[in-house]
Amino acid sequence: MSALPQVSAARPVASAVAAAPLLAVDAISLTFGGIKALTEVSFEVRPQEVFSIIGPNGAGKTSLLNCVSGRYRPSRGRIAFKGTDVTALRPNERCHLGIGRTFQNLALFNHMTVLDNIMVGRHHLLKNNFFTGALYWIGGAQREELEHRRAVEEIIDFLEITHIRKAIAGTLSYGLRKRVELARAIALKPDLILLDEPMAGMNLEEKEDMARYILDLNEEWGMTVIMIEHDMGVVMDVSHRIMVLDFGRKIAEGAPEAIIENPHVKTAYLGADVEMSVVADAGGPA
Amino acid sequence: MSGGHTTMRCGEFRTSYRADTTIFPTPMSRRVALGAVVLAASFPLWLNAYYLNLLIQIGYYGIAALGLNILVGFTGQISLGHAAFFGFGAFCSAWLNNRFGLPVVLAVPLAGLLTTAVGMFVGIPAGRLKGLYLAIATLASQFILEDFFARAEWFTGGSAGALAQPFTLFGFAFNNDQRFFYVVLVAVIVMYLAGANLLRSRDGRAYVAVRDHYLSAEIMGINLTKYRILAFGSASFYAGVGGALYGHYLGFVSAEGFTILLSIQFLGMIIIGGLGSVMGSLLGTAFMVLLPEVMEASAQGLGGVIPGLKDSVAYLKQMAIGLAIILFLIFEPQGLAHRWKLTKAYWKLYPFSY
Repeated sequence: MSALPQVSAARPVASAVAAAPLLAVDAISLTFGGIKALTEVSFEVRPQEVFSIIGPNGAGKTSLLNCVSGRYRPSRGRIAFKGTDVTALRPNERCHLGIGRTFQNLALFNHMTVLDNIMVGRHHLLKNNFFTGALYWIGGAQREELEHRRAVEEIIDFLEITHIRKAIAGTLSYGLRKRVELARAIALKPDLILLDEPMAGMNLEEKEDMARYILDLNEEWGMTVIMIEHDMGVVMDVSHRIMVLDFGRKIAEGAPEAIIENPHVKTAYLGADVEMSVVADAGGPA
Repeated sequence: MSGGHTTMRCGEFRTSYRADTTIFPTPMSRRVALGAVVLAASFPLWLNAYYLNLLIQIGYYGIAALGLNILVGFTGQISLGHAAFFGFGAFCSAWLNNRFGLPVVLAVPLAGLLTTAVGMFVGIPAGRLKGLYLAIATLASQFILEDFFARAEWFTGGSAGALAQPFTLFGFAFNNDQRFFYVVLVAVIVMYLAGANLLRSRDGRAYVAVRDHYLSAEIMGINLTKYRILAFGSASFYAGVGGALYGHYLGFVSAEGFTILLSIQFLGMIIIGGLGSVMGSLLGTAFMVLLPEVMEASAQGLGGVIPGLKDSVAYLKQMAIGLAIILFLIFEPQGLAHRWKLTKAYWKLYPFSY
């Protein structure tokens, strides 16, 4: 059995280093009543980068992702995607611009087949409506559906879920559901894909598969990835850059090897005056 | 596949995406469906008017029930006002025909469209309300429309009701059970095929996505408000067309037929038939229409044995509907459609079921 992909920190970003940022988050704050979930968080993600967000539980990682995907609207600050301000856009409008995501807790359409779940991901790319859809054979809906079916089958092949394409999503195992969710997000054809703990609750083999898919997505499909993940081994290996949140504030950002040495990160994760042995053991780059 | 007449079939193989996305998945199911249509087309030749009347009822109620199933079963929104839309379609079609002289064949679909408009207007709160709150909002629309039927004499004839002309096509009047049966048969086939098509294409999937997980549906680019209102529109269109056929069949439309009781019967039809199943809508309607008749017949048969049974048959019919809904909710919450699936799965491998 091979270890996790050993691309690690030396992995170059495919795009030019000086490219304009794909996503620019400018000093966003998010408050729920008196609770500050995020405070003045700023970061930029460059095209074709794998950007990981880490931090202890409750640090605001998912809240931040929800701000980017449109589930929450930040109380202050601005989010720009491809140079346009998306702060006020609804989630379905952001989807059209090219932001896709998966959820931390499974959010599949449980009574649909895997195939239909993924086809829903093509929703914004399809043109037929309730009228042409009802006529189906006349008016091109069938042709369009079949074209997109082909595209969906490519994703199914890529994620190796051919054997379950007709299965009802709600009946699948946890690992497979996570994979179907990734497939559905890929079907959106996003430029930026947000993965919220893609490896939570998986066994080692499933984690290795998922890491491989994320790398392929990034390198072959050219997608920019923002990922929240707790498995430090994976994060250190696949990320180009990492941002660390703690109590809603950004405490560090940089290349994996810099993050692992960062004293703030050590303090946040392990408390003061403790050696970093745990993180190093978990498979960080030597 | 080597296929052919000499080789034994060992499975169903599809070699194109087109063959993999048909409404009826196997050649056998296609033959059965076609056979059912041919059989149905022969009914007027050998069934008497009493049975044809029951079948026609199953037809127009079945169309409306499919609409409610799209709304409740597929999009996951409750409606307690379906009978009002059914009634609106009936009045509207009669009105279009009587007032503007529009041929009935055009008045029926146009009545469907106008009912769609009313339904979408009523559905506007649905963009914001869910569950019990939406149930109450649709209940309100039921009573508002009922009141409208009673008062808007220009539209409905008020408490006197409205006359509806028989369905005519190129001068041929479908004015008895034998003839009207074909109108309903064609309408059922067209509406059910359209429904099945809708639900296997983009917007139908969006409905189900809104039902199953509205948060991720929104992330997938689905505008929740639009699709919630559109679901009300689709449901109302089916209700309107069903109601219009009802009106032109009976020849007379009166507001008393479209009470909350009928709305609940529509819900009963789709619960018994199977929420989220196209075919289940028709099965459930057949069940609900035929159940009182079976009760009546068995009461006649047992009348000699159990004294007093004949007198109480009117109550028994009502109770049987209630009892059927309760029994289905307990023992087969997924309805007749699911039972049918299980039966098919059992016979597929018979006698080697393991």
